[in-house]
Amino acid sequence: MTEFRVPHPDLPPPASTIGALGWMRRNLFSSPSNIALTALAAYLLWIALPPLLNWTVFKATWSGDTREACQANSGACWVFIRVHFDQFLYGFYPEAQRWRVNLAVLLLILGAAPLFTQIITNAAKVKLGLSLLVGYPIIAFILFKGGLFGLPDIETSRWGGLFLTLVIAGVGMTAALPLGVLLALGRRSKMPAIQTLCITFIEFWRGIPLITVLFMSSVMLPLFLPEGMNFDKLLRALIGVTLFQSAYMAEVVRGGLQAIPKGQIEAAAALGLGYWKAMALIVLPQALKLVIPGIVNTFIALFKDTSLVLIIGLFDLMNIVHNATTNPEWLGFSTEGYVFAAAVYWLFCFSMSRYSQSLEKRLHTGHKR
Amino acid sequence: MTALSSAPVKPPFWNNPQIRAILFQVVALIVTVAFGLSIFENTQDNLRRLGIASGFDFLSSPAGFDIIQTLIPYSAASSYGQVFWVALLNTLLVSVLGIVFATLLGFVIGVARLSKNWLVARLALIYIETFRNVPLLLQIFFWYFAVLRAMPSPRDSLSLGDAFFLNIRGLYLPAPQFQPGFGWTIAALGVAIVLTIGLTRWAHHRQMATGQPFPTVSSTLALLIGLPLMVFWLTGAPLHWQVPELTGFNFQGGLVIIPEMASLLLALTIYTAAFIAEIVRAGIQAVSHGQTEASFSLGLQSSLTLRLIILPQALRVIIPPMTNQYLNLTKNSSLAAAIGYPDLVSTFAGTTLNQTGQAIECIVITMTVYLTISLLISLVMNWYNRRVALVER
Amino acid sequence: MNGLKALATTATLLLAATNVVHAGATLDGIKKNGFIKCGVSDGLPGFSSADEKGNYQGIDVDICRAVAAAVFGDATKVKYTPLTAKERLTALQSGEIDVLSRNTTWTSSRDSAQGMNFTGVTYYDGQGFLVNKKLGVKSAKALDGATVCVQAGTTTELNLSDYFRANKMKLTPISYDKSDESAKSLEAGRCDVLTSDQSQLYAQRIKLAKPDDYIVLPEVISKEPLGPVVRHGDDDWFDIVKWTLFVMVNAEELGITSKNVEEMKKSTNPDIKRMLGVEGDRGKDFGLANDWMAMVIKQVGNYGEIFDRNVGKGSPLKIERGLNALWTQGGLQYAPPVR
Repeated sequence: MTEFRVPHPDLPPPASTIGALGWMRRNLFSSPSNIALTALAAYLLWIALPPLLNWTVFKATWSGDTREACQANSGACWVFIRVHFDQFLYGFYPEAQRWRVNLAVLLLILGAAPLFTQIITNAAKVKLGLSLLVGYPIIAFILFKGGLFGLPDIETSRWGGLFLTLVIAGVGMTAALPLGVLLALGRRSKMPAIQTLCITFIEFWRGIPLITVLFMSSVMLPLFLPEGMNFDKLLRALIGVTLFQSAYMAEVVRGGLQAIPKGQIEAAAALGLGYWKAMALIVLPQALKLVIPGIVNTFIALFKDTSLVLIIGLFDLMNIVHNATTNPEWLGFSTEGYVFAAAVYWLFCFSMSRYSQSLEKRLHTGHKR
Repeated sequence: MTALSSAPVKPPFWNNPQIRAILFQVVALIVTVAFGLSIFENTQDNLRRLGIASGFDFLSSPAGFDIIQTLIPYSAASSYGQVFWVALLNTLLVSVLGIVFATLLGFVIGVARLSKNWLVARLALIYIETFRNVPLLLQIFFWYFAVLRAMPSPRDSLSLGDAFFLNIRGLYLPAPQFQPGFGWTIAALGVAIVLTIGLTRWAHHRQMATGQPFPTVSSTLALLIGLPLMVFWLTGAPLHWQVPELTGFNFQGGLVIIPEMASLLLALTIYTAAFIAEIVRAGIQAVSHGQTEASFSLGLQSSLTLRLIILPQALRVIIPPMTNQYLNLTKNSSLAAAIGYPDLVSTFAGTTLNQTGQAIECIVITMTVYLTISLLISLVMNWYNRRVALVER
Repeated sequence: MNGLKALATTATLLLAATNVVHAGATLDGIKKNGFIKCGVSDGLPGFSSADEKGNYQGIDVDICRAVAAAVFGDATKVKYTPLTAKERLTALQSGEIDVLSRNTTWTSSRDSAQGMNFTGVTYYDGQGFLVNKKLGVKSAKALDGATVCVQAGTTTELNLSDYFRANKMKLTPISYDKSDESAKSLEAGRCDVLTSDQSQLYAQRIKLAKPDDYIVLPEVISKEPLGPVVRHGDDDWFDIVKWTLFVMVNAEELGITSKNVEEMKKSTNPDIKRMLGVEGDRGKDFGLANDWMAMVIKQVGNYGEIFDRNVGKGSPLKIERGLNALWTQGGLQYAPPVR
């Protein structure tokens, strides 16, 4: 009979290297300096977190309709937000007409939803996207402004709140991207006059603060126009924001254009494509894909910059919240107001950056190794 | 098969790319010039029709209003020209301080973001994602109207050693008062700087020639601190501290950091640091690990590796976007207008514009200043970029 | 391609897409637009402030409504533009608004170099100081070393510096763009004193959480005649705005109110008959409907009515008529006759 040496069954790894304990050892306590850092971070959390949570959640007031309801608790008074919530969303848009805003948002969600799924083909997506780009602004404008089809006319000065913020951001984004692409192409153009013009334009807008642009567009513009010619204040803010961000967009797109090897353009020319076709079909799709993070960053910057219209007296989300904090009946709730506004802005910006990351992953086709 | 046409048809001239390019540019130039001219004409017409004064004479007339923070002598009797310098210096002050603090904080956060310590890396991530996704104006308001408004009144100030006071009117610090004879200390500092430059050059030459390193950092530090300090003591310490005192409504004397400036600076620093942290992280990550390994295998110590291998390569990636952030910070400082900090936009393009009614002149001056700053920074950045760029092919 | 072409196209499209107006005189432009562009304050109770629904009210707003009633016979045809003190003059100069009715002080430089015309005085005011009772200050002379909140770009800012200089006192001013921010700062203790026109101080005070903790100091340090402003160079429009105010003052003097205006048309008093357009063509002289003065009174009211309703005894501000009483009652409000 032969004896088999039965190998000892595998020992489990040492308890200190697996499970929660091992993870902590590796990630929190691997060296003396690491232990010190962990202790410091934990201490910071310890002093910051409990008061923060107490203020925002545990000791906060959530129900009630008056400021008296908040007096019992020492934490945040979210009643302030609740009472003003509709105002924060729609500004001074007449209550009876707010369904129009809701309808437009719903239409956009329904219309754009297929773009973000895999239900339809890419070609169909392009068609849908283009028709949305052209058709939606018209529909939305008619819905918001009214004056047609029996809808009462609502002046843009009554638009406000998150609704206005989204209008400015939406228009700014859709207009700044194509304009930025054109400027970037112009800056890379071989025609000296075009190039100089584009560089001047870009550097001018990048060199001045947005609030001076807004100030000029809001109160000084008529000085530069023929006598008697004038147009809407909101529209002017839109133009200001768009031109400003298009300069930044142009620089981002230029980065992408520079990264495309010359061989691509030469190959396109060899195939008989003209300048515009080569750009639209060969160069831009590759270049834009490369700079998605930069484009989205510019979008995020634009979204945040919409808050500056406060300075020219448009009641966007920021201004309407700021305005509510000066309401004599609700004095002393600035923190709640600002935290709420910050949360809304954060939500939009953060989702944009996350979406760009996922898009980047999905589209990346071989430029990275 | 049909016969090929004998001679190729000459394409019409409008299909000639060169002619087209020229036409294109001519049209573009004409449109631009026409656009510019019509705006100029309109403005001239409008100003004449409305009887608005124009020109820059107003710069020498007295301003008549006071400003809360002035770095150079200023009173209500000073001219609008002086207002401009006061406002410009205020803008530069907050921008420069903001750039320094944001860079320091940004580097710390950026390195923390790459830390192997899970908790520290997470905290850095939360910091970045929180602050860069909230509008700067909102952050300024938050610090100004929510946080700094919670400070005590002057009579209940928080104090440190009866020399530093913190209240709703600001942070009061002792002010240095230079006595006669302090000039010697300054002169000593100047001498030390000159010596340092000489020493560094000499050390560099010697190392190039003989390979002998010289402890440059410690010796220059000793020189820069030691020499002025020694002179300072020898001349009998000609420096007094003026401690702020509570008299009447408020603290008098000493230096004060007003809450408008503090909240602007806090917001600018915290906001920009979030972006700088990301830039630093990307820069460090862009240097491949092979570089460190190669450096170690050449026998360089880890401190030298960092200084000579990693940092120069990381900086090449870091500097251009960093300059953009500095530029952004400077332009963002114009949000001061929202909380009453007397910067260029709020004091010059705001108050002065309003008191004189000369909107175009004031705005043109303001924009020119910002454009100049941004062009200067761009030039420096391009120069640096050329210096450090990889030379290929 | 070229950004310029894009720019030019955009500009053309935008111009085409909006209400482009080419007109000579202000009045023609207004008639074409169908409304008056009126610059008002961004929030000053009693003078002009928006309620939660965004509707404007106040004495300054009533001036705009009165002008609209004069031009269109309809006081609602006004488009309000809220402006900060810093923006207001530029907005008027540039043509962004047709009339500025925003507690603006009549001064020589504004009337001359800045290209404006003041049409009259809706409110005779003077600059004062609002302080917390806790400070125990009884007089503005005791304000040496005080921190003062003031609105940027106002005459107030200049008077404040003058006053402190003249009395050899040390001043720390903080200039905010918006009056709300000054009030908030006073309340938080960022400044010891809030200075502004006295009427504004009363208006600011009711916005504070505890109005009774604050007092207005007795000193009035300046003359602040507040009134509507139009651009220099359009005399017809200047006349209309000027006389709208005079009509309201005359109406009070003659006892015509928004309630009794129809009965008054039957009056035998020739002054009243002329004003209400029953007799003569004094209305048409202005290029307006002959009964425009009656429309102003009917839809908006006489001067006394708008004063009481917005800032006087019928309002939370409860300001005395004082200097703003009619000249027949010891005040300064006096209007030339309609003849």
